[in-house]
Amino acid sequence: MPSKPKTAGGSDSRFFTTQKKGETHELRTDLHSNDRSTKVDAVKKVIASMTVGKDVSMLFTDVLNCIQTDNIELKKLVYLYLINYAKSQPELTLLAVNTFVKDANDPNPLIRALAVRTMGCIRVEKITEYLCEPLSRSLRDEDPYVRKTAAVCVAKLYDIAPDLVEDRGFLEILHDLISDANPSVVANGVAALSEIAETSGKDVMKISTSVLQKLLAALNECTEWGQVFILDSLSKYTPADGREAEGIIERVTPRLQHANSAVVMSAVKVILNYMNMITTEDTLRTLTRKLAPPLVTLLNSEPETQYVALRNINLIVQKRPQILENAIHFFFCKYNDPIYVKMEKLEVIIKLVGERNVEQVLLELKEYATEVDVDFVRKSVSSIGRCAIKLEKAAERCISVLLELIQSKVNYVVQEAVVVIKDIFRRYPNKYESVIATLCENLETLDEPEAKASMIWIIGEYAERIDNADELLETFLETFEEEDPSVQLQLLTATVKCFLKAPEETQEMVQRVLDMATEESDNPDLRDRGFVYWRLLSTDPEAAKAVVLSEKPVIEDDTSKLEPELLDTLISQIATLSSIYHKPPEVFVTRANIRTVTEDDVDDYEYEDENDVGVQPSADGPVDLLDIGGGGDMNGSAPQQNNGGGDVDLFGLDTGGGAPAARPTCVKTQVCDGSQSGGIIINCGFMQTNGSVSMELDLQNNGQIPVTTLAIQLNKSAFGLAPTNQQLVFSPPIAPGASGSYSVGLTVTPNMMSPVAPGSAAPPTVQAAIKNLSNNSVFYFAANFTLESIFSPDGALDRTAFINTWKGIDDTKEVYSTVQLTTSSIEAIIQKFASASIFQIARRPVPNQPGQEVVYFSCKTMTQHSFLAELTFKEGVMACKICVKSEATAYAALAKEALERCAK
Amino acid sequence: MISMLYLMNTKGDIVISRQYRDDVSASSTESFRQKIVAAKEASTSAPIRILDSSTFIFTRHLNIYFVAVTRSNVNPSLVLEYLYQKIRVLQAYLGEKFTEDKVRNNFTLLYELFDETIDFGYPQNTSIDVLKMYINLGKQRQKIAEDQGSLTSQITGAIDWRREGIRHKRNEVYIDVLESVNLLLSATGSVLRQEVTGSVMMNTKLTGMPECKFGLNDKLVVEKDKNSANAGKSGVSIDDCTFHRCVSLGRFDADRTITFIPPDGEFELMKYRVTDNINLPFRIIAAIQEDGQTRVSINVKCTATFSEKLFASSVTLKIPVPNNTAKCKIKCTMGRAKYVPEESSIVFRLKRFQGQSECMLAADVTLMPLVRAKAWSRPPLSLDFSVPMFTASGVHVRFLKVFDKSGYTTNRWVRYITKSGSSYCIRI
Repeated sequence: MPSKPKTAGGSDSRFFTTQKKGETHELRTDLHSNDRSTKVDAVKKVIASMTVGKDVSMLFTDVLNCIQTDNIELKKLVYLYLINYAKSQPELTLLAVNTFVKDANDPNPLIRALAVRTMGCIRVEKITEYLCEPLSRSLRDEDPYVRKTAAVCVAKLYDIAPDLVEDRGFLEILHDLISDANPSVVANGVAALSEIAETSGKDVMKISTSVLQKLLAALNECTEWGQVFILDSLSKYTPADGREAEGIIERVTPRLQHANSAVVMSAVKVILNYMNMITTEDTLRTLTRKLAPPLVTLLNSEPETQYVALRNINLIVQKRPQILENAIHFFFCKYNDPIYVKMEKLEVIIKLVGERNVEQVLLELKEYATEVDVDFVRKSVSSIGRCAIKLEKAAERCISVLLELIQSKVNYVVQEAVVVIKDIFRRYPNKYESVIATLCENLETLDEPEAKASMIWIIGEYAERIDNADELLETFLETFEEEDPSVQLQLLTATVKCFLKAPEETQEMVQRVLDMATEESDNPDLRDRGFVYWRLLSTDPEAAKAVVLSEKPVIEDDTSKLEPELLDTLISQIATLSSIYHKPPEVFVTRANIRTVTEDDVDDYEYEDENDVGVQPSADGPVDLLDIGGGGDMNGSAPQQNNGGGDVDLFGLDTGGGAPAARPTCVKTQVCDGSQSGGIIINCGFMQTNGSVSMELDLQNNGQIPVTTLAIQLNKSAFGLAPTNQQLVFSPPIAPGASGSYSVGLTVTPNMMSPVAPGSAAPPTVQAAIKNLSNNSVFYFAANFTLESIFSPDGALDRTAFINTWKGIDDTKEVYSTVQLTTSSIEAIIQKFASASIFQIARRPVPNQPGQEVVYFSCKTMTQHSFLAELTFKEGVMACKICVKSEATAYAALAKEALERCAK
Repeated sequence: MISMLYLMNTKGDIVISRQYRDDVSASSTESFRQKIVAAKEASTSAPIRILDSSTFIFTRHLNIYFVAVTRSNVNPSLVLEYLYQKIRVLQAYLGEKFTEDKVRNNFTLLYELFDETIDFGYPQNTSIDVLKMYINLGKQRQKIAEDQGSLTSQITGAIDWRREGIRHKRNEVYIDVLESVNLLLSATGSVLRQEVTGSVMMNTKLTGMPECKFGLNDKLVVEKDKNSANAGKSGVSIDDCTFHRCVSLGRFDADRTITFIPPDGEFELMKYRVTDNINLPFRIIAAIQEDGQTRVSINVKCTATFSEKLFASSVTLKIPVPNNTAKCKIKCTMGRAKYVPEESSIVFRLKRFQGQSECMLAADVTLMPLVRAKAWSRPPLSLDFSVPMFTASGVHVRFLKVFDKSGYTTNRWVRYITKSGSSYCIRI
């Protein structure tokens, strides 16, 4: 029963009421008063002011004056004040050291612990050396309460002065605490060690068999929080073999029954991670069975916990669908669930839906589609579409449910339904076109670009089956100028399709649309596409037919699937924020003391974000000339690489640390998988040799005809590249089944520069179109550009110019990262950089940081963007910190990546 | 780990805050204020958000947001559980429905609790009983000064939820088995989802450090006992259960016996979940028909299926009607029913509902004509009730054994109650 505390001494609110003038003076007098209660009241007033955000740092000495007291309440308040203002008065804080040291020897363990705890919180470097002595005593204190507080204090100290911790041997003592008799001490020791391991990147945990046994023993005895610390550190351990894994799992499984959801989640994490090591089918089956009920139980807890559980379950069902295959009905939404829970439940339902339960699921989804929350309704409707795309047998049922919903005439339901029906058409071509008539009845309800674009795509694609396709398009064309660009593009394409199918009736219309697109529009995409169609139609209508009306690859439902590697990473991150954001930790964790320019837009992390992966389809992604898919689409067919968030791995190793004289090599990645290019597989990369830039192509001909001559055209890019010669002649031709390579010379010209929108990063891709002159087929790809390929040989700056420029660039225009190196020799790096036209400017040791050196570099691209870089090395560490500063902020991240590659 | 904790009211003012690490700045609260509180997104936004590269994890108690800020890859469940626990601790100190003013009026206590329950962002001791032993409105109890030794071993001990040397004149245990039934019926009357979540609440007044053994008619246990007196009785198959941390999970995992040394006073011993063979206490048949654009006719029959010796109390049936309802003519066989425009529903209340009885309601709803006809979304009909001495799952307490060195006898009282869960709905 909650008992009301006695209100002895009145309430604290009176301390907030002083607003008079001369208040500070009065407080000061009171703080020096001999009367204890006056003193206590004065300190309380100070703290009250601090709470409401007033600056009371001017009373520092006066408050400090009260520290010598045996009143524990007063002491706590003074300590609290110290923690808050120590940083502003580091010198004066030293005056408190004596009291701390004295308190750390107090006979009362609560006071000893209080002193150690507070000292650790005072983040003033000078105080750290005084802290070591009491800390090492406290770590061996006879009282467990002091020891457990001291354990955390080591982590605090490590945060300020890691070297001190290592020098004083605190890590070893901390490690010994894992064997402590008291479970709370063990738990805090584990927590502190795990944190140090994470920040330092060293394995200070060193879980051995005996440590493991101790952790498992402590697991049964310590508090719920301690259990979480221990389980989380167990999850990072790799068992020696399947038997050991099984043994640990056995000890961890009972935790699934704990009332605290954090304990349950962490236990799930350990079990899932260890399951990979278990090969016995029986054990796996048992574990699968045991994991389901606790996960479902989490859905009965508070909504926030449900949210955490659902985001994790989303990952778990992708990795191990068996666990919850029979539990789909638990994920059905309750009418009064918070919206964020409902949205996540829908995601899980879609992952779990199968032929056995699709009937039930469709009934649910249909029900949700009539609820009030617009976002939820939309997602429900689109989920019906996703069911259809996922399950061929259920597609017909799904379509009929969608048609029923369209009858409701609710504006957003109709629009969402049109969008998904377009996708269903793409998935099952020539199967469900009978519903077009119903769709056409609802044209007037469409007012959103995506829905309009989808409808127009359908009209264009199936023009021959719609009697009045031209009239329908005509109605859309009336408002052509006002439409969203995506709708305009669709209208253009649909009209051309219509024309190709029925030239007589639509001759006039297509002429008008092409005019509008090429002459009246400011949108370069629209204009370019208009010109392409125009030329195609005027030169070779048959080729136009082949291009525009070509077969489209069938799409799959992969909107929500994560890449297997990413999924594995995330599974190992179950029960962390990583599993909530569905992004690897390095994407969002920024270390405390590193100022980072974050380009991550906050919105990327919201739950509305469909693309859970760290891949942002770049807005200027490959332009979909053939118009595969409608507006925004689910097509996984475009052969582009994902260019988003830090896909640096694509490049793997670069110039390979060889001698600088060696011929530069270039890392190529597959850009074209042959599905659209008539079987030509292309790997592409960029490099610079003797000052000339080239695009290196490796071709593998899996098609039917030999490759003799190709024509290449590059789209405008952020790098201003154009081929010196558009014809690629292969002599001898590449026979079917054979492969060859070609080096396309490139020039950098301002005409080919596409401007980068202010505030956004330059898209790292170069888009190319290739026409095979043997059969006139055209295909497109996008290749990731490596910025070092256009580093100009005249990028060196003199020192003064460098310093001035460096100072002139605002600190917010910096990008940082840390990169692992293959060598610890700074000279080797400088040499590698020099061969890549990155010039050393200066080199000096870091003052006060023995063993650290910084080297400054500059470089310039042929497009006249210059970059300044600072590399920080630490002796004996095979890594360095790269910091790039540039006024060309859009390119800074690319330059940093270029440097990372060159350094490796 | 947690870098900062603060309490913020719905206006966006910080009530109290405590920073544990300096990787977040005090000003980071501003982005939360602007993007969540001021944007009125708090109720729809996911409870974990990244704003300006710090993660905010939050929950709400009445008009106060409890917010944790971090920049590392923390365990979100840990943070949330800590926040819940923190609210419970404050409820124990300041009263069940503590307000912003209550918090402000006790800020010294709050700071003490902030420091004692968390250190450098790591949750520490949050056990209310133990906290109360040494944190008491800023005033340390004098007598504790004498035996800090036992106090600290209490704080850090294996059994940190109970202190030694508790005495009670009469040794008593009160057991409440509370069940909530969640139900979703389709419009055709088929069960889409049904689930009972139960919780066993205990109030113990026991002397010393007693070890207790507790048993429900859990199918797995009952079937094992085939040879004993229980033979022939069938148990309830429990899908899953979770336990208070005093329960030895190892023992339960090994042989499903529930053994524990209880905290003194009230606590939740266990929670369980049952989905099979549920006895739904009410059967509802609803016929709601829309006659053209302006009329809806409603007929609802509700039957209590439990034994006639029992009765349900505070039964409330909410029958949705369209938003544009003009008037309702309602007839019911018992209880009271009226149209509540704010909720767009007819609320039908019965103070007492005898088992095996039934009631009917018929309503004639007239609608205002609308300029733009829009289909009625027909939200589900929902039911609230509580039935004492009845368990929908069929769970009952088989035994509670208390062993203590002194061998005293214990009086036990067991109560059962079944309530409607968060959603007991019938689609119409």
